[in-house]
Amino acid sequence: MNYPEKYRYTKEHEWVALEDGIATIGITHHAQSELGDIVYVDLPKPGASVEKGKTFGSVESVKAVSDIYAPVGGEVTEANDLLATKPEKLNEDPHGAAWLIRVRASNPEEFPHLMDAAEYQTYVGAES
Amino acid sequence: MLAACGLRSANELFDQVPAAARIDHALNIAPGLSEYEIADTFRALAAKNAVGYASFLGAGVYSHYRPVVVDTIVSRGEFLTSYTPYQSEISQGTLTTIFEFQTMICQLTGMDVANASMYDGSTAVPETAMMAVRVTKRHRILVARSVHPEYRDVLRTYAKNQGLPVDEFGYDDESGKVDLGDLDAKLTRETACVIIQSPNFFGIVEDTNAIAERAHAHGALLVYTFAEAVSLGLLEPPRAADIVAGELQSYAISPSYGGPFAGIMAAKEQFIRQLPGRLVGETKDTNGNRAFCLTLATREQHIRREKATSNICTNQALIALMATVFMELYGKQGLRELATQNLAKSRYLASKLKPRFNGPSFNEFVAIAPGADEINRRLLERKIIGGLPLARFYPELAGTMLLCATEMTKRADMDTLAEVFNS
Amino acid sequence: MIPSKVRRHLVQNEHLIFEQSSPGKKGYQLPALDVPEVDSVAALGAGNVRAAIEDFPEVSEVEVIRHFTRLSTWNYAIDLGMYPLGSCTMKYNPRINEAVARIEGLAWAHPYQPESLSQGAMEVTERLEQALLEITGLDAITLQPAAGAHGELTGILLVRAFLEAQGSPRKRILTPDSAHGTNPATAGIAGYEVRNIRSNDQGMIDLEELARAVDSDVAALMVTNPNTLGVFEENIVKAADILHAKGAMVYMDGANMNALVGIARPGDFGIDVMHLNLHKTFSTPHGGGGPGGGPVAVRKHLEPFLPVPRLRRLNDALTWDYDRPQSIGKVKAFYGNFGVLVRALAYIYAHGGPGLRNATVDAVLNANYLRHRLRPYFDLPYDRPNMHEVVFSDDRQAAKGVRTGDMAKRLIDYGFHPYTVSFPLIVHGALMIEPTETESKRELDQFVEAMIAIASEVDDEPQTVLTAPHMTRTTKVDEVTAARKPIVRWRPA
Repeated sequence: MNYPEKYRYTKEHEWVALEDGIATIGITHHAQSELGDIVYVDLPKPGASVEKGKTFGSVESVKAVSDIYAPVGGEVTEANDLLATKPEKLNEDPHGAAWLIRVRASNPEEFPHLMDAAEYQTYVGAES
Repeated sequence: MLAACGLRSANELFDQVPAAARIDHALNIAPGLSEYEIADTFRALAAKNAVGYASFLGAGVYSHYRPVVVDTIVSRGEFLTSYTPYQSEISQGTLTTIFEFQTMICQLTGMDVANASMYDGSTAVPETAMMAVRVTKRHRILVARSVHPEYRDVLRTYAKNQGLPVDEFGYDDESGKVDLGDLDAKLTRETACVIIQSPNFFGIVEDTNAIAERAHAHGALLVYTFAEAVSLGLLEPPRAADIVAGELQSYAISPSYGGPFAGIMAAKEQFIRQLPGRLVGETKDTNGNRAFCLTLATREQHIRREKATSNICTNQALIALMATVFMELYGKQGLRELATQNLAKSRYLASKLKPRFNGPSFNEFVAIAPGADEINRRLLERKIIGGLPLARFYPELAGTMLLCATEMTKRADMDTLAEVFNS
Repeated sequence: MIPSKVRRHLVQNEHLIFEQSSPGKKGYQLPALDVPEVDSVAALGAGNVRAAIEDFPEVSEVEVIRHFTRLSTWNYAIDLGMYPLGSCTMKYNPRINEAVARIEGLAWAHPYQPESLSQGAMEVTERLEQALLEITGLDAITLQPAAGAHGELTGILLVRAFLEAQGSPRKRILTPDSAHGTNPATAGIAGYEVRNIRSNDQGMIDLEELARAVDSDVAALMVTNPNTLGVFEENIVKAADILHAKGAMVYMDGANMNALVGIARPGDFGIDVMHLNLHKTFSTPHGGGGPGGGPVAVRKHLEPFLPVPRLRRLNDALTWDYDRPQSIGKVKAFYGNFGVLVRALAYIYAHGGPGLRNATVDAVLNANYLRHRLRPYFDLPYDRPNMHEVVFSDDRQAAKGVRTGDMAKRLIDYGFHPYTVSFPLIVHGALMIEPTETESKRELDQFVEAMIAIASEVDDEPQTVLTAPHMTRTTKVDEVTAARKPIVRWRPA
């Protein structure tokens, strides 16, 4: 699997992309494949604030729930509406169309401390 | 079998239990009885209870006829001796009956979704409060004093330990309906939900829409509960409510000294993921045939553990099945006719006594009864169990009692009761 | 391999009741009204009277009978054969229990009828209380909780009330990682945070780990004994000492009490409070998911906090005592699932003291027999004598791409209900098997043959297992679509 170079990754299997102070957050291909068929995604509403390292939503398969942790903190500017009606998109395109939320990052300098694609690839390899 | 296990005696099976933990005596319980002796023992016990009395008790547990077909169905081993239908392929019988149950509860209550049942009405009420707290992110519960006193007791037990303050609002002294002025005064921006019962504990039908408007104006949810499910056949469904919870004992479930009964919980579509308890959904099998399965299980304790919507695990499947058979036997016409008969019987009785409240009552009502205990004592001499003296739950209503009449109440017994009352 | 316990036969199709409805049909009859008719609208007000119940069924009595009878044949049941669900204790449900629960004086007793006319019902309660106290070795008991999880909540609220009376309810409940999901869920509902305690390499409570976790913020440890591996917690007494030394308590989840009746008593090994599942140990029917009964037994110091009302014998009569200032209040209206209590007492009477112990011995023997017969074919991660159930792992089969859930579905084709799948969580790919005392050696041997056949199918024709069940009327169902697009009620086309 190709993990995009421009993203950063967490040990809890989220990815984050930063552009003009706005962080787009999603879960990785590895995370979706561990969960299996995703049936529901619970996300915060725009205006909510998320805290780095704290859970901000969850992803459900038929028999499991996984919390999603915020790789960066800030105010939610957008939640991906597509997932409300088509949770299966998260299985199909986790690094693209099925991003979860966008956040106005309160501390953009946190970004480089996360894993890069190569490090994440190694991490996932080691975990499985 | 012992040899296959490499053991010489059955006692060795328990070598793993440390001696300190072992029982040092034979259980002090008499040796087993034959089937005849067991039946005889329980018949003797049953004979110490009221048998052969006419009864005017309601107050959350009602005497309604149980069609014979109900026990015929629930005695089938396939329903009686099966487990929760987690294995869909060999549980389609139970799953289908629950799907029909959920559907009929929605049709009766005007809600969009209903779960597979709760323990009973009293435990469903705190579950509605916890659900309202999850939905609104508020913490105060406002409950009418005319909700069944025992339901409110159970609510307080649950709420206290979750830091959810429970406030009560009163009833109107003339109508017996909720006191809208008191409701207005107590509703705040912190109120998660307003809980009412209709017909309320006094048997009076509430103005649900007026209460809903007030709750919603403050951003609170309206929870509608009922203890007498037969009323659903005749009363306007509480479409303005957000959550409906109630007791189905009236639907072919024996009074059985207070349980087991079956509770329901239903809600508007948008709250489906906050609903506690089991839910059955429709889907297809690999051959494309219609099939049912338990669904949205991620809300539940065995998956979400400490974050579950509730710790509830059991539903009341077999009891809910009694209610399902009952609803299908009575059907569209029958539930209405049954409710209408109840109304007529109760109004006949009320016409011979002095009702305490002037609001519209369904099949029970509060009668003015000075010396209520003495009246009941005299009724017992006539083989009649009278009503429930309300002083026990409402000190201000001393000298009244709650009386119920159903399709099983005979005119002659009502006449006798009135005679004793008025003598 | 052709399964020997089953073969195909006709099974009736059946539509939903709504799809069979036709206007005017009825399956009921009411007596003629012996009082004047009442106009509903005039009596209640037009706004309070509903229109006809839209789309509600209208069918005849025989249609109702056929409907449910046909549906019933789509279920598996104990009455059809072994139901080896671990932790669920699917034992035979004696029919005498059903008969006595329906005796008029018991079935039609109203909870508010005068106590003088309820002495029989109260005596049933008293006798069951006494028997359960003798079985658990504890000091006091409430029969009010409606089910196991409800009993857990009651028990933890008792702990909380006791600690509160001492000054602070404390903050935390400890649960082993092998615990039932209801344990942490209960602790959450009771207002506690939950901390997981890792089991040791034997699958037991790790005393060192426990000692590190217990401090003055801990209210209680919730423990299942025998644990969910079916093994007696050999250090239970020491574990209880660790908790007690810090003023904390031990709650026992009594789901597995059927392994202990007549052998060991929780009151004798340090338990402060526990629940019993009447629908497991005491044979009341599961009924497709309830009703249950979840009595909670406690040591003396928790007695003042038990739910109201408490049963008291005054002179010769029984009475309900509501004057209990320290009580946690009510957890359910009235006095509990009385009908379930009647059935449980009938079970105790049928067995008697010696018979109850025999049932335990047979249940434990059956489970050990299965362990010995199946261990050549399945991995046994915790290989030691077990009590009433045994937990294998699918590791050997998973290497061939077949998981516990797949084999469970294949078991259906052999005429058995699946075992419990993927629980406890501390065993990778768990197969949790509980035969109960109900099963004869003949039924157990058929089960063993089926399991061995499946193990060899995994080697030779894994596809057969992966696509099972093949013999059922309904094949594998699409749970994913059910969850993505929930349809939880019928609507007209």
